[in-house]
Amino acid sequence: MHAEHIKHDFEPKIVAFVCTWCTYAGADLAGTSRMQYPSNVRVLKFPCTGRIDPVFILRAFQKGADGVLVSGCHPGDCHYMAGNFHARRRFAAFRALLSFVGVDLNRLQFSWVSAAEGGKWVDVVTELTERVRTMGPMPEFKELEHEEQWSTFAGASVDKSTVLNSPELKEAYDSIG
Amino acid sequence: MSRIGVFVCHCGENISRTVDVEQVAKAAGEIPGVAYSCDYKYMCSDPGQTLLKKAVAEHKLDGVLVAACSPRMHEKTFRKAAEAAGLNPYLCEMANIREHCSWVHEDRDMATAKAKDIVKLMVERVRKGKSLAPITVPVTKRALVIGGGIAGIQAALDVADAGHHVIMVERDPSIGGHMAQLSETFPTLDCSQCIMTPKMVDVANHPNITLYTYSEIEKVEGYIGNFQVTVKHKARSVDESKCTGCGVCMTKCPKKKIPNEFDQGHGMRPAIYVPFPQAVPNTPVIDRENCTMFQSGKCGVCAKVCGPGAVDYEQKDTFTVEDVGAIVVATGFKLYTIDRKPEGSPIQGYGEFGYGTIPDIIDGMTFERLASASGPTGGKILRPSDGKEPKQVVFIQCVGSRAREKGISYCSKVCCMYTAKHTMLYHHKVHDGQAYVFFMDARTPGKGYDEFWRRAVEEEEAVYIRGMVSRMYQRGDKIVVMGSDIQVGTQVEIEADLVVLATAVQPQDGADLLAQKLGISYDKYNFYSEAHAKLKPVECATAGIYLAGACQGPKDIPDTVSQASAAAAKVMTLFAKDKLERDPVVAKVNEKYCVGCFACKKVCAYGAIEEKEIRDRQGNLVKKVAYVNPGVCGGCGTCQATCPSKSIELDGYTDEQIMAMIEAL
Ligand SMILES: Cc1cc2nc3c(=O)[nH]c(=O)nc-3n(C[C@H](O)[C@H](O)[C@H](O)COP(=O)(O)OP(=O)(O)OC[C@H]3O[C@@H](n4cnc5c(N)ncnc54)[C@H](O)[C@@H]3O)c2cc1C
Ligand code: SF4
Ligand code: SF4
Repeated sequence: MHAEHIKHDFEPKIVAFVCTWCTYAGADLAGTSRMQYPSNVRVLKFPCTGRIDPVFILRAFQKGADGVLVSGCHPGDCHYMAGNFHARRRFAAFRALLSFVGVDLNRLQFSWVSAAEGGKWVDVVTELTERVRTMGPMPEFKELEHEEQWSTFAGASVDKSTVLNSPELKEAYDSIG
Repeated sequence: MSRIGVFVCHCGENISRTVDVEQVAKAAGEIPGVAYSCDYKYMCSDPGQTLLKKAVAEHKLDGVLVAACSPRMHEKTFRKAAEAAGLNPYLCEMANIREHCSWVHEDRDMATAKAKDIVKLMVERVRKGKSLAPITVPVTKRALVIGGGIAGIQAALDVADAGHHVIMVERDPSIGGHMAQLSETFPTLDCSQCIMTPKMVDVANHPNITLYTYSEIEKVEGYIGNFQVTVKHKARSVDESKCTGCGVCMTKCPKKKIPNEFDQGHGMRPAIYVPFPQAVPNTPVIDRENCTMFQSGKCGVCAKVCGPGAVDYEQKDTFTVEDVGAIVVATGFKLYTIDRKPEGSPIQGYGEFGYGTIPDIIDGMTFERLASASGPTGGKILRPSDGKEPKQVVFIQCVGSRAREKGISYCSKVCCMYTAKHTMLYHHKVHDGQAYVFFMDARTPGKGYDEFWRRAVEEEEAVYIRGMVSRMYQRGDKIVVMGSDIQVGTQVEIEADLVVLATAVQPQDGADLLAQKLGISYDKYNFYSEAHAKLKPVECATAGIYLAGACQGPKDIPDTVSQASAAAAKVMTLFAKDKLERDPVVAKVNEKYCVGCFACKKVCAYGAIEEKEIRDRQGNLVKKVAYVNPGVCGGCGTCQATCPSKSIELDGYTDEQIMAMIEAL
C-alpha cells in the first residue's frame, strides 16, 4: 500500500513520550510490519510512563512541539506493575491544569499502545498528526520561552536573582530551564 | 561527553533505501561535541564492530551513538563492542532510524530529516550519559511452579531432577489438571491416567519438590533471582501430616450426593473427599459449603472415624513465604461453558444451542469422563438424562472458537483432534452407533495427526458434515439438530440421542489477577504473553518468569510437555550462575535535598524505598530520608516523576538527559 505524497504547507512537530515495554515495542512492530505513517513524530523513550514528568510535556510545547503524545502499556499491564496507573492519575490532573491555562487539549493525546499493537500506533500517530495539522502551529508556548513568564509573580516581571534565592528553587529552575 | 562518535548504519539497503545515510553522518559530524562520524554498510557485522572499536581508540571517543535498528535488536551488541573498546557500556546508545524511520516512511527527504533529528536527540542523551556499574545480585536456586497440570508437573520434575528445589503450588486438592480427566489420548489412544499418574506420584515422592495443593499465590514481590512469594494454604480441614489416606472418613460421611467436579458434575462425591481415586496427595479435603458440620454444627462423623485424628474442623488458612529465583506459570485452561452471555463479558454464549438446559447436550470433557474406565459410568457411553446408550451422536466442532462475532477469534487447536478421538472411542464402545461431526475444517498439523483423523473418517465410519449448526431443540427424548451442509448446499436435520460440543479453550478464571500479581502481560483473552512470538516463546517479558502449557494459548499434550521442558531449561540456565548481573537502571536519592515526605515510597510498586535515618555525631536524629534498595528497584522512575523536591533520580533517565533531548527538538 503506497501512501500518496502530498506536500503540506504546515508540517506539525509531534513529540511522543513512550514507554520501552509497550509502546516503543509497538512502534518497532509497525516498522517490522512496514506500515506507513507521517514522519512528523519524534519519539523519546522512557522506562515507563510513570517516569514522565508533566514538566517534560510543558517543555516540549515550549520548545516548539505542536502536538504531544504520551503512550504506555494498557492499564493493569504495566511492566513495572503500577507505573502507568500513577501516570494516568498524574496526567488527569495535569490535563485539567493545561486546559485552565488555555492549551487546547486536542494537542495532547494520551493512549495505550501495547507491544502487539503496531497498527494502533500507526493510527494514533496519524490521527494526532492530521488533527494538529488542521489546528495549525502552536505559538503561545514558544513565546513563553522568550518572556519567561513562569518566573513572573502576579504578572509583574521580577528579577530572577531575587526570586531564585534558595538553592532548591535555583535547582528546580535550572532543571526546567 | 565531549568526544562523541556517531556511526550511521545502512543495514544493507534497509535504511539507506529511504534515508540518505551519508547526509545523516555529515549532519551528525557538525553537532558540537561530536568528534567523529561515519556511515557503514552493516554496523552489527564483525567489520562494523571493529570499525567502532578502532574509532574509539583513534579518536579518543568518550561516548558512542550507533544510528541503526531498534535498541531492542542490537543495544547489547554495541554496548559489548563499546566495552571491548574500553568505554563504559552505558555510554553507548542507539538511534532507531530503521523501525522508527526508514521502514515506516517513503519520502526520502522527510525520512532523512527525521533521521537527522533522531540522531541529534540521541547525541544529547549520550552527552549527558553517565558511566554505570552493573549491579550483581545473588540468585536463589529454588523455583516456583504455579499449577500442577501436565505442564507444571513436567517443568517441576525437570528442574528437580537437575538438583534444584521446586515449590509447586496447585489450586485444587490434587495435582493432575485436565490431563488426569482424559480417557484416552490422541494420536495414539493410550490411556491418559496410565501415563499421567506415575508422573504425579513422582512429584509427590521427589526429594527436591515441595508440593502445596489446595493453595494459591497470595502475593509476589522481588525480581529475577530473588522473588518472595506468599502462598496461601486454604484450610483443608484435614491435617496432612497425620492423615494416612485410608479413606474411612469418605465412606462414612453421610452427605454423599454432591456432584463431583472431576466428573464434570456427573458422578457423586461426599463432603469429605479426594477428587479422584489416584489423587496426589490422597489426603481428603472437606468441602465446607456442603459439610453438615460446617453448615449446622452437627455431625462430626469423619472426625470420630478417623483413626489418626487428622480431621480438624478448626483449621484456618495459613500463609508461608517462599524465596525463589525463578517462576514457571503453568495454570492451564478452562472450557467455555456458558450458555448465555455472562454479565460484563465480551464473549457471547450459545443460547440457541440449548447448552445448559438440555441435559443430553454435553461438552467434550464430559464425554471424556463418560468414556473413561474410572468415570461415572465405568467407561460406558450412557447419556446423562436417562442412562440409555445413545445410538446417534452429533459432535459439533468450533463451539465458541473461531467465532469472531461471539467474541473469540482464535482456534482452540485441540478440538479437531479430540473430536476425531471421541468418534473413535464411541465407535469402539457402541458398535451399532453412528457419529456425525459438524466441522468447518479439520486442522491436524501434528506428527501422526492427519493419519489419525483419516482413520476416524475412513475406518471408523464417522460422518463428517462440513457446515455449522444453527439450532437445537428437544423433541421427545431426541435432540433435533438443525444445520447446513455447505458442501452439498442443503439443510440437514439429525435426530440425535446425545450431542457433544467441542467448546473453546479459554484461560482460567482469574488468569488476569494472577498476571497482575506476577507483573506479566496477557492478551485480550487473558492468555499469558510470551516475550517474543517466535524467538522467546517460553519467557515472559518480566525477567525470571516463564510460561508452560495452555495458560499461554491452547495446546495439546505434546506441545505442552515440550514447552514445559523448555521453561525448565531456562530456569536451569538461570540457576547455572551464582550471581546475576542486572541492568543498573535504578533510582538514587540525593540525601541533601530529600525532605523525607516519602511520596516516592507510596508510589513505588516494588517496595524498594526505605526510610533511612541521618544522625549527627552525637547520635541525634537529624532527619529521615528516602533510600532506594538497588536490588529491589524495578527502574520504572515513577518515584522521580513524583518527588516534589526532585531529589530522587533514575540512572539512565535523568532529568538532565531528558531535558537535553527535549532542548534538541
Ligand atoms: C476435551 C478435551 C480432550 C483433550 N484430549 C487430548 C488428547 O487426547 N491428547 C492431547 O494431546 N491433548 C488433549 N487435550 C488437551 C490437554 O488437555 C491439554 O494439552 C493439557 O491439559 C494442558 O495442560 P496444562 O498443564 O497446561 O493445563 P491444565 O491441565 O489445565 O492444568 C493446569 C493446572 O493448574 C491449576 N491452576 C490453575 N490456576 C491456578 C492458580 N491460579 N494457582 C494454582 N494452580 C492453578 C489447575 O487447577 C490445574 O491443575 C484435550 C483437551 C480437552 C479439553
Ligand atoms: S463432618 Fe460430617 S458431614 Fe462433614 S465431612 Fe465429616 S462426616 Fe462428612
Ligand atoms: S519523594 Fe523525594 S523528597 Fe520525598 S522522600 Fe522520596 S526522595 Fe525524599
